[in-house]
Amino acid sequence: MARLEDLPPELASHMEHLPCPDMGPTACADGPPLAERRVAIISTAGLGRKSEGGFNPGDADYRVIPADLPAADLTMSHISVNYDRTGFQEDINIAFPIERLQALADAGEIGSVADYHYSFMGATDPANMQSAVESLVGPLQAEGVNAVVLIPV
Amino acid sequence: MSAIGHYLEAAGIPTVSISLIRLHSEKMRPPRALWVPYELGRPMGVPNDAAFQTRVLRAALSLLARTDGPLIVDHLEDAPAGAPTSAEDVGWTCPVSFPAPAGEETPALALKREMDSLKPWQALAQERRGRTTVDQSGISIDAVADYVARFAAGEDVGEPLEGVTAAEAFKRITDDLQAFYQEAATAQPGHGATHADVLDWFWGQTAAGKQLLACSERASAGDDKRLKFIAERLLVPHVARARLNL
Repeated sequence: MARLEDLPPELASHMEHLPCPDMGPTACADGPPLAERRVAIISTAGLGRKSEGGFNPGDADYRVIPADLPAADLTMSHISVNYDRTGFQEDINIAFPIERLQALADAGEIGSVADYHYSFMGATDPANMQSAVESLVGPLQAEGVNAVVLIPV
Repeated sequence: MSAIGHYLEAAGIPTVSISLIRLHSEKMRPPRALWVPYELGRPMGVPNDAAFQTRVLRAALSLLARTDGPLIVDHLEDAPAGAPTSAEDVGWTCPVSFPAPAGEETPALALKREMDSLKPWQALAQERRGRTTVDQSGISIDAVADYVARFAAGEDVGEPLEGVTAAEAFKRITDDLQAFYQEAATAQPGHGATHADVLDWFWGQTAAGKQLLACSERASAGDDKRLKFIAERLLVPHVARARLNL
């Protein structure tokens, strides 16, 4: 469905012409076997805790999502209206698969689930997010994260 | 998403990115990407299907073993289709039908009547799911309806959310109105509604959709540039405009 040819022409054209600078290649960092990895999720769905403020157009910062945050306290404030929200309304795991990740940890397929996960709001120019992303390196490394799953919306 | 992968890998943290628009990943070349053929908004494919989502997640995680990036691997398990939509099939219909009013009624009253008939369904959705996404403005759904009706009618709406600009308040409140309708429309388990079904219904058949289009027109004609931007770019989905010629 997210194939460009399946989208309405106006949206397909919008997607086709979004600026996407070639940033690569960046060398792939190595790590231990999957069963020894500590995994964090970084979403660009504009997720966050309900107790915090939502994202506004142009926001380049991030929100912290504790792994044990109840689903009822997770909110999505992405500014775009050009994607389906009914899936997230039914099940947070459609965009933030924290329960699936925990199940893989319980089964020993991954080492562990990070205590903290993060979300940006993907409508913002990625270049403006760089300093915020780089500021996450310290917190990720501090809790031993050696695998990050990046999930758009 | 691809940019975040570049920034983190450069700092030594391994990443794998889910990709929804393959073209974007081809251009930006993140270190590792798993392209999935799912609708925007559904990167893990299917809600409430743990096995399906786990297959997507497992496929993504498996790429971490590779260091020969930039690489894009295609995950080709399609999501099941929604309700049938061809003319021969019944397709999805909203569980609520809106009875015609006894006489003439204002757009504000039409909106109120419609929302009253949807409240039990939205409440059911909230109860079954244990949560709601009608949570952006922090005001009651009745206050949301009142704001939308007043804005659409060109009345003064004052400062609906304390300390929030008029443009941002407009965005949060109109998001809440749409979320309320979406939750009501999909309240029944196994409802079978696709995203397009819900968009067609909301923007093509409801008083709320008509009121939001009126809000968009009013904001577009006004002087507040930020509000104008939101009304023109962040209110009516491209898909709805295309399908309904809005």
